[in-house]
This record gives sequence, C-alpha cells and structure tokens, in this order.
Amino acid sequence: MSAAAHVPSSPVAHSARLSGPVSHDSLVVSMGPQHPSTHGVLRVVLELDGEYILQAEPVLGYIHRMHEWMGQNRTCHKFLPNMGRVDYLHALAWNWAFVGAVEKLAGIEVPRRAEFIRVITCELNRINSHLLWWGAYLLDLGAFTPIMYAFEDREEIMDLLMRVTGSRLTYCYYTFGGVTADIDEGFAAQARRIVSRLRGRLPMFRDFVTDNAILRARCEGVGHLTPDMARAYGATGPVLRGSGVAYDTRRAEPYSVYPELDFAIPTSDVGDCMARYLVRMAELEQSLNIVEQALDMLPEGQHIHPLAPRMVTLPKGETSFAVEAARGKAVIRLRGDGGPNPYRVKLRAPSFSNLSLFPALAKGTLLADAVAILGSLDLVIPEIDR
Amino acid sequence: MSLDTPLLSLLLGLAAILAFAGANGIVLVWVERKVAGRCQRRPGPLHVGPYGLLQPLADALKLISKQLITPRRSDRLLYWGAPLLSFMPVPICFLPLPFLPEMATVRLNLGLILILSFIGLNSISLCLAGLGSNNKWSLLGAARAIAQTVSFEIPLLLAALTAVFMAGSMDLHEVMAAQGPWPWQWFGFMNPLALLLFLISAVAETNRAPFDLPEAESELTAGFHTEYSGMGFGIFFLAEYAYILIICGVAAALFLGGQQGPVAPGPWWFLAKMYALVLLVIQLRWTLPRVRFDQLLNLCWRWMTPAALLNILATMLVMLALKGA
Repeated sequence: MSAAAHVPSSPVAHSARLSGPVSHDSLVVSMGPQHPSTHGVLRVVLELDGEYILQAEPVLGYIHRMHEWMGQNRTCHKFLPNMGRVDYLHALAWNWAFVGAVEKLAGIEVPRRAEFIRVITCELNRINSHLLWWGAYLLDLGAFTPIMYAFEDREEIMDLLMRVTGSRLTYCYYTFGGVTADIDEGFAAQARRIVSRLRGRLPMFRDFVTDNAILRARCEGVGHLTPDMARAYGATGPVLRGSGVAYDTRRAEPYSVYPELDFAIPTSDVGDCMARYLVRMAELEQSLNIVEQALDMLPEGQHIHPLAPRMVTLPKGETSFAVEAARGKAVIRLRGDGGPNPYRVKLRAPSFSNLSLFPALAKGTLLADAVAILGSLDLVIPEIDR
Repeated sequence: MSLDTPLLSLLLGLAAILAFAGANGIVLVWVERKVAGRCQRRPGPLHVGPYGLLQPLADALKLISKQLITPRRSDRLLYWGAPLLSFMPVPICFLPLPFLPEMATVRLNLGLILILSFIGLNSISLCLAGLGSNNKWSLLGAARAIAQTVSFEIPLLLAALTAVFMAGSMDLHEVMAAQGPWPWQWFGFMNPLALLLFLISAVAETNRAPFDLPEAESELTAGFHTEYSGMGFGIFFLAEYAYILIICGVAAALFLGGQQGPVAPGPWWFLAKMYALVLLVIQLRWTLPRVRFDQLLNLCWRWMTPAALLNILATMLVMLALKGA
C-alpha cells in the first residue's frame, strides 16, 4: 500500500481545474480522459448537484502532439502526413487545407481534373465522418445498433478510398500540385454504386432512428444554442448551421471547383441537439449530390501538374487557406521565409472552438443531457490538441 | 430413501433451481449475443463450439479466472456483500414459479407477493454496490437504481394486482388455472393495458435498456458496477438474467395463461411464453436509445401509475357488472 492511500481526499485538489467556486456539498467528477462518451482523451471536470451540472470545464493536453512545432522543423512534403492525423475522421480536409495553403503561397498550379478528384474524395470522406458521428452519437444516447449500420456503409467508402489513397483512415493523398494517384473508371463506377446505395439507406436511418420518439425526446430542446452565441464562440460547421447561420466555407470563401457545383447549405433555426443532428443528416445528402455531380463533370487530363515541384520552397510571405471540414472551418495559416521549411504553421481547428461552447451549453443540464450536447458538437480530440 | 422428506425435496429443489438459473444465465448470454448480432447484421459468436454455443462458457471461464480487485478505501463488506445479496433472492423467487402443473417446489397462496418482494431486494444490492465502491460514478448509479426501482415497483404491483383481481388469487397456479387455453381467454388479451404496464415496469425493474440508467455506459461509465472485476461483475450479470427470467415467468403466468395452451397444455407452454418475453426484452435493448432520468420518472408517475390505478378501477367495475349480470 502506498502512502497516498491514507491521505484524505480534499475537494480543493479536485476542484483546482474548475475556475468557479465549488459548493461545499456538490460532487466534483472527472469525465474522462477515460470515459466512453468523450470519444478519445478529452477530460471534462464537472461539478454536480445530484445529476445537475453546476459547472463544466474541459481539460486539454492529453493527446498534444506538437503538429505546429513539427511543421516548422521539416519540409512541406515531410509535414504533409501529419495532416491526416489532425482530424483522423476527415483527414482529407486537413490534407487539402495544408496543400491549398502551400499552393497559394508558392503559386503552384493544380490541374482541373485533380481539383475534381479532390472534391470527390473529400466529400466521400465527409460522408464517412458524418456516418461515424451518427453511429457514435446514438451510442452516446444508449442505442447500440445504429453504429453497426453506419460502419457497414462506412466500410465501403473506406475500401473505395483505399484504392487510390492506399490507407483507410489517416489519408495522405493530396500533394502540392494535384493528387498522388489518378482515379480510374472502376473507382468512378464504385463511387456511383455507393452513392445510390446510401441514398436508399438514408430513408431507413430516418425512419428507424431519426423519427424514434426516445431520440427526439433526448435531443429536442436540449443544448439550445443561439446564433449570436455560436458566432461569439467562433463555432463553425454543422454546429453553427444548426443555429440558423448559413455559413459554409465552400460558399463563403470559395475554393477549388465548388463554385461550379450545385449544392445547398442545410440549416436549422432551432439550435438544439436535434437541429445539429438534422443538419448533419441533410449534409450527407448534399455530399452525395456533390460526389455525383463531380463524377459527371470529371474532365480528362492529368491528376498532377507536370511542373509540380518535388521539393517545395516557400517564398517569403504569409497566407491562409480555409476548407470546410466535417466539423467546420479548418484553416491553415502559413508563413514562409524562403527556405524549405515553413517558418510557422498555424492550425485553426473547428473542434477547438466548438468545444469552448460546451461549458456554457452544459450548465444547468442533467448529466445525460451533457453527454447528448457533447456528442452533438462532434468533437475530434486530436484536432483540439493539435 | 423417499423423496417425500421435506428437507430432501427442498434441497433437491434448491439445487435444481440454482442449476436452472446458472444454466439459463449461460444460455441467455449466448441468446443475447446472437440477438444483438442479428439486430446489427452480424452473425454474433461463431467460432467457439457449434454456432458459438461454447462462447458463454469461455466468457464464464474468463470471468472466473480474473483477479478480484477491491478498490482502495472501499467498504469491503458492502462491496463484496452486494453481488451476493443481488443473487441470494434468486432461488427464493424461483420457488413459487409454476413450471410444472402440480410440482412447484413450494406452492404458496401468496406466491406472487413472495416473488415481487424478493425482487425488490435487488435494488438494495445495487445501492450497496454503488455506496461501497468508493467511486462517484457508482454512487450516481446507485442513486438512480434506488429511485428507478422504488418508482416502477408501484405500476408493476398495480398491474399484477389487476390480474390477481381477475383470478381472485395470489397463487400463480390458480391465476394460471383461471385463464383458458385460447389466447383470447388470457388475462393479457382481456386486459392488454395491464400487460403493457407490467412489461414496461418489468423492463425498468430489471434495469434493462431502454431503462438501463443505473449502469448507463455512456453516461456513468458502468454505473454501480464500474469497479467490479471478474466474478463480482459476473454475479451481478447472472442475477440480472435470473431476474429477467423470473419477471418474464411471472408475466407469462399472470397474463399469458402460463401452462394453458390450445394444444397439449403443459409446462412447455409456460417455458415458451417465458422465453418469448425474454427475447422481447433482449430485442428491446438492441433497438432503442436510453431515456433520460427525468423522462423515466415522468413516465412512471405521470402516466403509468395513474393508468394502472384507473385500470384496476375499470377492471373491478367490469367484474362487478359481470357478476351482477
């Protein structure tokens, strides 16, 4: 037995993480870093009165991997694989953000075919991410089965993306001046099959899950977020759109060939967990539309620019490039100093801003609601810690 | 040696019940995994034995061989007493269940009361487990367990009472005998509201999804049994399955005619009905999300308890009218 066994527990030691004063008779619990519904190593310190949450405070740093520091210490090509590990569920968005920033700063051209391939693969990856979120969210709410159905569809998309990217999760597929491998007829045909199959599955998901009375009762009116508050906290993505703000980086700061594609920005004015849920489900359909359109419009040509540099040298200057990731606006701010290594890489991760909403949203709710709210923010913890 | 010796027959009966409860636990683990698999479009256990039938044995072996860990500064007596207390009422609850026409281990004129009162002990064991674990999540689970069981015992009892009124007895054999062989002669079909209320309360009483709030994995990690390892957890698990079986057996006897059936009435009808209800309970777990705590209590106090009371009143009036006619 260690000596620590005899030290009486002091509430002050546990509440050091909470900024507000802790009531004498409340319970301070640490949700995470090992907890089934923090999905990774997020830790939230909660002060509870019974099951009501008096204050909640996220604690970060359990998966800090110094991406930004690594970016300053290696060439752009060597740093690129890191991008697949920032948001491992929508890896291609971060691939794109970094590749886009470097291309913008170094003036590297991208062939039109490559832009379409990027759109197709990025949207497939977004579908993957939303499907996983859907399954995991239902798991948070205590339904064990939907995630199996989500994984069934997700598996097919992963198999498809594996054909061109070579990996299943942490993709490193885009490169400066294009993509590393061209897609073939087989890929296009399989992608179309997946799109039509998913179109048939989404109504089933709606009938069996979205319209379930218990799910509605758990999500409606819970975690209400006003548009002003969402803006004030810098929320982006489905969290912002669930509060009625039609802000989508693909439209607000158009990049690649998105202006040529026809898709809607699903929003909901309600602002509760159900609104965020419905926005993501609607986005699945929009992404399916985008994939189909991009496949139809896919031009012939090269998948990588013939003059794409083997070794990128960043000129002096600074730029930033934003993409719409599954969780919101992912931005890379890049500064070059004329050398092969970036002078500074700054990652703006949507999950970080979205998480900052949690203490305000969770205050005064029940523990079960807090789990529902945390899930509806769709956080990826490595992205928060960078 | 004659089997008539009361002590011997009681001992044999208890041994048989314990074997039945244990074997059922093992079979139900397999059934649960298979049903979960089918619900989720996967085969479930396949490789250990034919159709994965030996998988539960492997599970049991794993649970038995695991180290039993007592959390630091936990209350050892409560902590290890809780799983035992959770399983102890099981044999008693099985005693009055009418498996065979004339051979229940003990035939009591208050059999139903005996079962329902001893099932109530389970919530005390969950409370002790949560208190003794020295874990905040367990404590929250224990609080939930108590509130949930105390609430849902009322509609459960009221719904059972409806069938008792209709039969005029608390002996499960007589309740069974008061129903006819055909489905429309069963109390559950004459009074479907009572059956529905009983089943919902039964799921809540046995802490099964969508009412599995005391363990609520995604909220309380594992609730009251967060700290238990090996057989400490295994006994809770076994007791949970035993209670599901008991309460489904009670439902089959009260509302579905028990051993009565259109052809060849006998214990197989009772078993078939009991297991059909168990399958329903298992299927529910893999189909529905979990309700929130306040919703659960609202459901009980706002809807089910008044409905059960009104149902009893209506049943009594109908019975009076029939008697008068």
